Amino acid sequence: MVTVCETAAEAVDGTEDGATVLVGGFGMAGMPVALVDALVDQGARDLTVVSNNAGNGDTGLAALLAAGRVRKIVCSFPRQHDSWVFDGLYRAGRIELEVVPQGTLAERMRAAGAGIGAFYCPTGVGTPLAEGKETREIDGRTYVLETPIRGDLALVGAHLADRAGNLVYRKTARNFGPVMATAAATTVVQVQRVVDVGSIDPEVVVTPGIYVDRVVAVGPAEVEGVA
Amino acid sequence: MTEPVQDRPRSKDEVAAAVAADIAPGSYVNLGIGQPTLVADHLPPGSGVVLHTENGMLGMGPAATGGPDDPLDPDLTNAGKVPVTELPGAAYFHHADSFAMMRGGHLDVCVLGAFQVSARGDLANWHTGAPDAIPAVGGAMDLAIGAKSVFVVMTLLAKDGSPKIVPECTYPLTGVGCVDRVYTDLATFDVTVDGLVVRDLAGTTYDELAARLDVPLLRGWAPA
Repeated sequence: MVTVCETAAEAVDGTEDGATVLVGGFGMAGMPVALVDALVDQGARDLTVVSNNAGNGDTGLAALLAAGRVRKIVCSFPRQHDSWVFDGLYRAGRIELEVVPQGTLAERMRAAGAGIGAFYCPTGVGTPLAEGKETREIDGRTYVLETPIRGDLALVGAHLADRAGNLVYRKTARNFGPVMATAAATTVVQVQRVVDVGSIDPEVVVTPGIYVDRVVAVGPAEVEGVA
Repeated sequence: MTEPVQDRPRSKDEVAAAVAADIAPGSYVNLGIGQPTLVADHLPPGSGVVLHTENGMLGMGPAATGGPDDPLDPDLTNAGKVPVTELPGAAYFHHADSFAMMRGGHLDVCVLGAFQVSARGDLANWHTGAPDAIPAVGGAMDLAIGAKSVFVVMTLLAKDGSPKIVPECTYPLTGVGCVDRVYTDLATFDVTVDGLVVRDLAGTTYDELAARLDVPLLRGWAPA
């Protein structure tokens, strides 16, 4: 059952200390900024964050990091021209980093959402990122065993939701959203608008509502049908 | 065929043009961040080459200009987070699908930058290994092992003058034995089971090149 929340604060309410939080977005495209800001206010600590990047500028994920709430970040590409918040924490030894190849990051979450126990992946074989991991030769090619990444909470940015939680995304802002939505115990989605059931063509739904627990409209338009 | 020589080193644009000339019409191609992006400017109109961007798009068009007919869209960016455009026939997909296209061998060509390439085609392009460096791999490892052909573009020499084609990579690897061809300002190399084959030369001679590199070379042309 999907809850349509009035505020981002309501949407992230109950997040526990020590939670693993999947945060969508590739750079700022698809980044659920309102939900991450609400998580800063909500106050959960000692978080493990899984996201492609480690925050840009001073807002969104970078603000959560700056508030000292994140113990560990799992990502593929932490270092960017504007990742100064993460860079400072990392160099000061105040945050743990696990670098994962980008496709492996996505597939580990896909596996979690699809009930796959682990998978053999050719990416990273013979590199430092496969060190210590089990390998296996299959049909003459070497693969490394990768395990699922499961979230307690997924924070996703999408374009539209209906009241049943069906989601559509916009352009490359889709990125990690559909995968993360499947991989967490609780999936919270911020959208531009929440529309009535029946307003989204079933053929174009990207994330079916079964994967979604809470949605909140953050504009620019207000939630349709809510006073 | 005689020794193919241009009398001066190639510019970055000339290197990009050389790569573009070797991409078959209709190929699905991923261009890495930085110098590889220049290849797009040299693909001939009507080539039918479809550009893939790892963040979830096929049919990527040129960078957006921000003009009235071409506004910057924060939801439409390339792998370098630069606003781009979509071409007719474009498609969007999520990240697991995007990397399935790579890993599953569906991309014909990827073009990557490099710190080092070894004589047997090992690639190092994600981490200098310096103690204060922050490692960031992105999609490089998936591309390196996934595309049918892996092309590298780089300068042949590092800023300190040392060759970037080496017997063994000293930087942490991105992929093992994954590079097929290396385009540089001074020469183009094919990585083959017999060793590195020099395809062409620019601003240097075969003998100068062989003396400069610490790896065995083969001529890609018959003796004159």
